[in-house]
This record gives sequence, structure tokens and C-alpha cells, in this order.
Amino acid sequence: MRGLPLSYIARNLWVRRVTTLLTAAGMALVVYVFATVLMMSEGIRATLVATGQPNNVMVLRRGAGAEINSGIAREQAAIVDSLPAIATDALGRRLLSKEPVVLNNLPKRGSGKPSNVTVRGTSEVGLELRPQVKLIEGRMFRAGSSEIIAGQAVTKGFQGASLGESMRFAGRDWTVVGVFDGGRTGFDSELWGDSEQMMQAFRRTAFSSVVFRLADADAFDAVKAGLESDPRLTLEAKREVRFYEEQSEALAKFISILGTTLSVIFSIGAIVGAMITMFAAVASRIGEIGTLRALGFRRSAVLAAFLLESLLLSLAGGLVGLAAASFMQAVDISTTNFQTFAELAFQFRLTPQIALQTLVFALCMGFVGGFIPAWRAGRLKIVDCLREA
Amino acid sequence: MFLFKLLLRNAFRHKLRTALTMVGLVVAICAFGLLRTILGAWYAGVEASSSTRLITRSAISLTFPLPLNYAQRLKGVDGVTSVSWANWFGGIYITERNFFPQFAVEPASYLALYPEYVLSDEHRQAFLRDRKGAVVGRKLADQFGWKVGDQIPLRGTIFPGTWSFTLRGIWDGIDDKTDESQMLIHWGYLNESLRARLGRRADFVGVYVVGIDEPNNAALISQRIDALFKNSLAETLTETEKAFQLSFVSMSEAILVAVEAVSYIIILIIMAVMANTMTMTARERLAEYATLKTLGFAPGFISMLLFGESLLIALLGGVAGLLVTLPLAAVFRKAVGTLFPVFQVSDLTMALQLSAALVVGMVAAAWPAWRMSRIDIVQGLRHVG
Repeated sequence: MRGLPLSYIARNLWVRRVTTLLTAAGMALVVYVFATVLMMSEGIRATLVATGQPNNVMVLRRGAGAEINSGIAREQAAIVDSLPAIATDALGRRLLSKEPVVLNNLPKRGSGKPSNVTVRGTSEVGLELRPQVKLIEGRMFRAGSSEIIAGQAVTKGFQGASLGESMRFAGRDWTVVGVFDGGRTGFDSELWGDSEQMMQAFRRTAFSSVVFRLADADAFDAVKAGLESDPRLTLEAKREVRFYEEQSEALAKFISILGTTLSVIFSIGAIVGAMITMFAAVASRIGEIGTLRALGFRRSAVLAAFLLESLLLSLAGGLVGLAAASFMQAVDISTTNFQTFAELAFQFRLTPQIALQTLVFALCMGFVGGFIPAWRAGRLKIVDCLREA
Repeated sequence: MFLFKLLLRNAFRHKLRTALTMVGLVVAICAFGLLRTILGAWYAGVEASSSTRLITRSAISLTFPLPLNYAQRLKGVDGVTSVSWANWFGGIYITERNFFPQFAVEPASYLALYPEYVLSDEHRQAFLRDRKGAVVGRKLADQFGWKVGDQIPLRGTIFPGTWSFTLRGIWDGIDDKTDESQMLIHWGYLNESLRARLGRRADFVGVYVVGIDEPNNAALISQRIDALFKNSLAETLTETEKAFQLSFVSMSEAILVAVEAVSYIIILIIMAVMANTMTMTARERLAEYATLKTLGFAPGFISMLLFGESLLIALLGGVAGLLVTLPLAAVFRKAVGTLFPVFQVSDLTMALQLSAALVVGMVAAAWPAWRMSRIDIVQGLRHVG
């Protein structure tokens, strides 16, 4: 004989509405935490990975790991500038930018609490190297002046960073003449000004990084080998994409490990809830089970029916939790990336893969919680069932 | 007494269900406690800070150094009793995973400013004498199995090259709050090496640690210091050690807020589970409650039965959860090593765990208690199972 119809299973859940609701709510909360954490970790990763361009190469001092640790003297930067593999733009300018990058402790809007903002010295070419960065308000800063442009997230988050306002740091007042959209990348959390002006203001004698575009992407390995074997240089070259990926690794990993551990612990609570519900469901329907068996339904059919009921319950919880988590996509948050020590704004990001992972996680909870009760239901003897009813 | 017996019998009528609910409670209360302890560990540096120490750093940000000659001028400021300085070394021991803080300090004055690092005279002298020496906290030494006399190689990220230090002493914290996961080396040695190799990077310090005579004057003295260097090439920002440590904590505020929110979510989850248990229990006993009512017991009595049972289960689970937390925290502490310098379940956390259990018990019984106190006797008696 075939299995029990799905409508029978679904109706059983409906009959015990309050219990179903409470159990599903518990599961939904666990699923919500699980999904949110994955979305957060993915958001950080996506933000930083999108910051890099495939053809761009990032040069830092060997072993520095991050831009703020790094230092490239002018002589060394000039040697990098003379590489033949660098692309040129329509005006014939070499696509290479020598950039000082400093952390600046500035007060946040609202709370007034200071937080670190990355200040980058760059040039017109620097903007050209990052096609995802677009000015949305005002204009580009003029070379040789104390003008800066601010990333969207900085404008929103920090005092004095809106168009026309001015910020005081490094002994000068800097006027914000433009706001740029970094296209959901790490640049959104940066302030950009003229490279040489920044060097003077912050009294730096060395650049932090040199970024250039390769004319031919395949030439990377040769360029890297050339740079790193040059005895005059103590530099290392990385593809920009790879560099930013590394910057996100620790934070993204920390969040996902912390979150997954928490969800697994929390899921014990939800599984226990499902188990209680399903045991009660079995206990209150002993007579029914006996009747079904007497009608000729097999043990496996009874087991499958109860297991399906539990899975359906967890699916409901999973969908509610996922729906709640998807609202988090509207939230902008920022935190300090402890690898770069600077503020990073990002968004929760829901990908199909995360949605799938979340639902599988929910179903697993339902399976674990429902299996033992369903097993017991399947093992009951017909005679005992009917006698008890 | 009779009532209590009734509650106990009632609570364990469905042994399996009660046991499962309690397992859930234990996990939830324990997870809640551990999460709060992790949050507390984050703030440990703040708790351990002294009110008689100020930190002076560059006004731009911590990554900008200050000139060494500021030390003399700081000493002249009214209210300042001693001055020491430190540089963040940022070395890697074997791999990035073995992270621990290293500071290059001016040893004699630094150790004098940090009396909570209890170092034997013999170790102290050995450290002061050896410019390539280092001292570490007990916890750090235990983690890597270092003994006095060992060589500790570090790969520099800020200061390039491989550096090797000889361990000259191990300090113990004066109490549980003291950070025992740091390593201190000689600033002078670092400075000389830099001068020999790079020339212009020498004679700079990361932060000044300033000892003051009167904690109440901290704000005033900070202002005096910052005014002294106003409009100079390197302006300073001076704050109490506590504020300095807090600024680190607030950097990861978003994550901390999330962890805190999550710690309450687990309580909500278990609330749903427990409420489910109580609702089912009440539904099954409908006929009994109707009988009790027929016998003349007031609706309040029935509510009390349900509340009592719910609270009993919640409290048993809560206490068990609390008892499990302590050994688990100890295991956790071992596992994370120096990641959290201090990891302790506070009294407040324990109190909160118990109150959380109580709230769960109350809320879970609220709906069924209200329903059951209002049941119609005839309907209740008609109800089967």
C-alpha cells in the first residue's frame, strides 16, 4: 500500500495550531541567526572582493600584509613606475598610482565617538584605475590643493564629510568638494585627496602602496617575479583582487565560525522543541496509528508520515526565519576590520546558496527532532495501539 | 508541603518531555552565560585599566608616532609623576595564528607604572640587564610552553626582518583581571636596530604612558598635555587608560551588539519551547482541572499549579545550566588561549542566568494558566485526553 496523503500530514499540524506555531517560532529564530551570520560574512567578503580589479596589481613592502603597515620609498616607487608592462590610457598616461594611505581618527556623526577612517592620497589616474568608483555629487579634487572627496559611507557616518563641509586633520582644513559612490566596495569607507598634498600634510617620506594596471593580464607572473627578484626593491606584488580577498579573510571567517557555532548550539534547543512536539503528536494519536496499521498501511508509511510532519514543521520555521533574515538586507552596518584597523561599511547579502544552506539546515533540525518519535510510531504494535485508544 | 509534592509529581508525570525540556533549558542558559562571558572578556582590558595612568598618542591616529623628545616635556607637566613609552611591535610568532600583543617599552619606568605585573626581583633584574631580553605573562608562557632562557623568534610586519629575543622573566597578574598574555621587549634595542638599518625611522614612540598623582585630575592633566603640543608638528591626544581601551572595544561595537542580541534570542527560543511544553501539558490535563474546579478549587489555584510547575522545571533547568557553565567556561578558556586575556563568569552573569530561567518559566505558563483558569467545567469534563 502507498504512503499516507500529504493533506493528512498537513492537517495534523493545523489541528494543533498553538503547538505548531510555538515550535516553528523556535526554529525560525535559530534559522534567522544562522542566515544572518552567513549573510554578514558574505557581505564583508563581497564588499572587499569587489574592491579589487582583475587587471590591477598592488605593490606593498614585503611582509607588510596591509597598506598601513607598508612603506615604499620614492626611489623604489620610481623603479616600479618604469616597468614596461604597465597599461596606458587614452591620453597616453601610464596607469599607475603611488598612494600614501593613513588611518585617521575622526569623530562619527551622532555619537561623536572617534573611529578610524582610511585616508588615501591619489590622483586622476587613481580614479581611472578604479572604474567602479563614480562621483555622484560635486567634482573631483584639484591636484595640489587641500580638497578631498569622500566615499558615501564616510559622508553618512562621519562628521563634516558632506559636500561643502570641511574636516580638520593633519594640521589643515580639508574641504569636501565631492562625494563618490564606491559601488559597494571598501572605497566607500575612504577619503581621497591629492597624493603629494597628503604626503606633505602627514609628513610622510614614503608611499604606502603602488597600484598599476597591466596591459596584459597574463603578464602578472613575469612582472611579479621581476619585481620580487630585483635586489634594489624589498617589495611584493599581488593581484588587487587577491589582496582585498585576504583583507576580508580574518573578519569574515571569525564571524562565520562564531555564528555557525552559535547556530549549532541554538539548534539543540529547537530540535528538543520539535522532539517534544512530535512525541506528543505520536502519543495523542496512538489509536489513529493502530487504525491506520489495521487498514493495511505499513510501518514505513507511518514512520514516513510522522517524519514528513516534522520536516514540514521545520520547513515552515525555516521559511519564516529566512524571510525575516532577508529584511536584514536593507540594513547598512559598519565595523572595524581588525586586519586593516579601519572602518568598513557593508551590507548583509543573501545569495541563493545561503538560502539553500539555510533551508537544508532547517530541514536537518526537523529530521533530527522528528526521527525518534516517528521511529517509535512505526514500531508500535497494532494490538497495543487499538487497546489503548 | 503538600502543594510542592503535587507540583513535583506533576512536573515529572511525562518524564521524557520534562527531560527534553530541561535539556533545552540547560543548553540555552549555558549558552546565554557563555555569550555574556565572552562579551565581558571583550571589556576586560577596560576593567583592568588603572585610573592613575593616562595614554598620550598622536592626534591623527594610533599608527602615527610621536617624537622621543616629548618624554622630557611630559615630565615637566604639573601633576605628572612618571612617564614611560611603548611601541606596538606587531611581530608574528611562527604563524599568524599565534597572535599575541608585543610592546617595545622603556623597561624600568614601564614596569614601575604597571605594578599589577608581579615579577620576581631576579627576573626583573635579568630583563633590565639584557637588551635583547623579553618578559611575558604567565598565560602566554604556558600557551607556548616557554621557559626562562628560551629564544623567541618573531617575524616583523611593521619592523621588517626576523628578530630574536631571550625570555628573561615571566610575570603573574596581581588578580584575575590582569592581562597575562602580553610580551614586553626593550624599546632601546628596537630603536638602535632601526637606526642602524633605516636611520630616519628611529627615535619615535607609539604611545606615552603617563603616571599621574591624583586620578581626579585626569581630565585637567590631559588638557594640559594636549595644550602643550597644540599646533606642533605632532599634536597629541591624551585620555585615561580606560577611555583608550574603550576606544578599541567600540571599534567592534557592531559585532558586540550582534552577539548581545543573539544571547537574548536563545532565551526567546527556549521560551517558545517551554511554552509549547506547558501548553501541551495543560491541554492534556483539561479534565483534571475541570474536576478540581468542580471540587471547589478557585481558578487562581489552577493558575498557581501551572505557574508552579513551569517555574519548578525552569529553575531546575536553570540551576543545572548554571552548574554546567562553570566547567565549560574553564574548558573554553583553555581552548582560546591568549585570544581573550581574561575569561571569567561574573556574578552578574550568574544572576542574569537565573533570572532568565525564571522569566522563561513565568512567560511559558502565562497563556495556559489564563486559559485553564477560565475553562468551562462541563466542557472540561466532556473533553477526553
